Amino acid sequence: MRLELANITKRFPGVVANDDVSLSVSSGEVLSLIGENGAGKSTLMNILYGMYRPDSGGIRIDGSTVTFTSAADAIEAGIGMVHQHFMLVPVFTVAENVVLGVEPTGRLGSLDIAKARSMVKEISDKYKLDLDPDARIEDLPVGIQQRVEIVKVLLRDAKIVVFDEPTAVLTPSEIGEFFGIVKSLKDSGRGVVFITHKLKEALAIADRIAVLRRGKVVGEVAPHNANESTIAEMMVGRPVQLVVDKKIASPGAAVLSVNDLTVMDPDGRVVVDGISFAVHAGEVVGIAGVQGNGQTELVETLTGLRDAHAGAVRLGEFDISDASPRARHRMGMAHIPEDRQRQGLVTGMTVAQNLVLTRYHSEEFSKGMQVNWDTVSTKASELVAEYDIRTSGVDVEASTLSGGNQQKVIVARELSRDLKLAIASQPTRGVDVGSIEYIHSQIIAERDAGTAVLIVSTELDEVMALADRVLVMYRGAIVAEVDPKQVSALDIGLYMAGSKPAGAA
Amino acid sequence: MPRWFDALGSRLNRINSVVLTLLAVVSALIVGVFVIVLSDVEALQSGDFGRAFSEVANAYKALVTGSVGSLRAISDTINNATPFIITGVSVAVAFRAGLFNIGATGQMIAGGTTATWVGFAMDGPGIVQIPLALLAGILGGAAFGAIPGVLKARTGAHEVITTIMLNYIASFMLLWLLTTDLFQRPERTDPISKFVSDASRLPTLFGFMEGRADLTAHSGILLALLVVVLFWWFLERSKMGFEFRAFGMNADAAEYAGMRAKRLTVLGMVVAGGIAGLAGAVEILGRYGYATQSFAGTIGFDAIAIALLGRSTPLGTLLAALLFGALQSGGRTMQATTEVPIDLIVVLRALIVMFIAAPLLVKAIWRVKSADVSTGQTFKGWGS
Repeated sequence: MRLELANITKRFPGVVANDDVSLSVSSGEVLSLIGENGAGKSTLMNILYGMYRPDSGGIRIDGSTVTFTSAADAIEAGIGMVHQHFMLVPVFTVAENVVLGVEPTGRLGSLDIAKARSMVKEISDKYKLDLDPDARIEDLPVGIQQRVEIVKVLLRDAKIVVFDEPTAVLTPSEIGEFFGIVKSLKDSGRGVVFITHKLKEALAIADRIAVLRRGKVVGEVAPHNANESTIAEMMVGRPVQLVVDKKIASPGAAVLSVNDLTVMDPDGRVVVDGISFAVHAGEVVGIAGVQGNGQTELVETLTGLRDAHAGAVRLGEFDISDASPRARHRMGMAHIPEDRQRQGLVTGMTVAQNLVLTRYHSEEFSKGMQVNWDTVSTKASELVAEYDIRTSGVDVEASTLSGGNQQKVIVARELSRDLKLAIASQPTRGVDVGSIEYIHSQIIAERDAGTAVLIVSTELDEVMALADRVLVMYRGAIVAEVDPKQVSALDIGLYMAGSKPAGAA
Repeated sequence: MPRWFDALGSRLNRINSVVLTLLAVVSALIVGVFVIVLSDVEALQSGDFGRAFSEVANAYKALVTGSVGSLRAISDTINNATPFIITGVSVAVAFRAGLFNIGATGQMIAGGTTATWVGFAMDGPGIVQIPLALLAGILGGAAFGAIPGVLKARTGAHEVITTIMLNYIASFMLLWLLTTDLFQRPERTDPISKFVSDASRLPTLFGFMEGRADLTAHSGILLALLVVVLFWWFLERSKMGFEFRAFGMNADAAEYAGMRAKRLTVLGMVVAGGIAGLAGAVEILGRYGYATQSFAGTIGFDAIAIALLGRSTPLGTLLAALLFGALQSGGRTMQATTEVPIDLIVVLRALIVMFIAAPLLVKAIWRVKSADVSTGQTFKGWGS
């Protein structure tokens, strides 16, 4: 089967989301569609999946034009989509979710769950997905939930499978397994469209890479003819600095000192286990670790959002163990939270309001009981210009910004004042290449200005690139402290998994 | 469908919530036509649809004349709308802080009770009595609103449950008070309070017009308008209002930003309770002059519909309350002059709320395509 998108144009008020886009994918090949957030990838896929109608251009299957008016039409034509946010019923089992909508029925229309189970088993075995048909979705890790979505698509007999940012939610080891699944789909003669903004992944898995920028296909390359820099340049439209450019750190006095810090979750389990470390002025300390090893709780405790069970946190010479988040903020602590939608922003509020979310009460922006919105607005315009936040104005809702620009709002808010300590959790998760480069350079500039910086990230590359020292967290404890220039990513990966590299003490 | 209808549809292609709200009201009025026709059993049996539809025309005409058709009608509408506006703001301010205040009735009763006491127990001139009694009403309502606030902040008890229960507590507390010597009118055996002093009564609006004792509108409407203005200032200008909004839209982000969740939960209920308490005081001092167990009626519940219809904005809540007030006074005229019972008003209100709560339904009916399908800031689920 050969699927073609021919000269697709789709306009929305004010923007051309897709501008004369032509792409094709055939059975047995992997096409990677790469582009920054807002480049038009999602619009294109929504057209392919029958959710939007193109203003001009059309879809062809094996040469003949087809029109999709709903997702059902697309499914009927053999197109399957695995969305970034899964469409699963948490309390149903794997088998129940998979057959939802195409239930095998027995006599009198009763659900034939045994048949459903065997259908899941068959597909799972064929593609080595290792799924238990009777497991409940809510008990499964995201990586496995994604496989359930894949089985759903295969059960509906998709010839072309589209993955929308499939690796965003996966851990490094799950990503490896996912690539194996993509390969077996390809070997079974299916076509795969792999949408991503991660260069490495596109290079690793794709047969062809199509680059989308501002709604247009700016080029199509084969992985063996390209590298990360060339693709990044195509995506952004200018040469991109992929390696963080930084001088050797010159650490000063200890700014953050953590002593025997122990944190328990509400169920009484120890999630941070007697940790001690220090971050000095003018250095970046990175905390590496697989998601869920206590980093979130550690950061929340350091920033005052969670109570410690034992131990002490000091900022400079002050014991801040019992200080409120606002007091810590006043003392010069910045916090870029790990989840910008949940914690970092009130997306229903304007860009200007979000830019002062932690500072509206200060003398600079308020007088008596009132917030001085004129001052806020002026300051916000300055920050938007200074931090290169792409928005149509400071009075539009933050929800209208792309992920990268939302993150820049947070970075601007948190770093644009005199700081002693900056704590950044997953500072570039889900952010496009151009913005990553910018955010990284801001963090290093903050370090060079003498701020102590603590970076917590599950992206090992990011920690390696930014940090002057790396601490590895595993099951709530720090299991290693390494110099990122001395050790390989592979060795740190072993520490992250709870083992030790050969030859290490 | 006629062409103009399609044209209207495309014109409304990118409509906002204001239009959606208006369409909900219009939809309710249209469904109301069928309700009236279907309820006229005699006309249906005789197949006299002409009569049925003239009944509809008369009923809607009566709604208009009874609400804005004369000075008397306007006076009645003002009196009906006043408590709707104030309690509507009470519910709306709680909505904006992410809290669902179903307890406006109880808070109104609490505020009305304290205001009544100041009204009959103290004997000062109006310039002292009125502010004092109003303040007592605000404090009474605020104290009563603090209870669910503290319960939620301390124990996580959901305010929907606690405020509903507190409504009963307030109602029966008042009933008991009205049988005590302190409150009960001496010559009466039924539960009814003493009259507040004449000096404590809010001045009438049309008092300057000679021989128009039927114009009972009192100056509480001015207080109500002041409450709306303050509500606007609070939301748009004040620091605390900003905190309420941030907390209501994203509690996690508010906490991250250093706002204190427990404090905001208590404050949200205290502010909402104080405003509802003011409504109680205004009803006592403006309309009745004494308290009965049922003086608050269903106003506190109507306020929820009003805040929803007004999308918890100051102007929206004001307009919604005026609409409900007009329906109320128009409904009485309709009942008196046509065969249609006043219960139609309840049906209309319910339909409006239903259409507001189901924006997709309104869009389907009116063939409107719009990206914004939210029902506005209401409340989050039961879990949190």
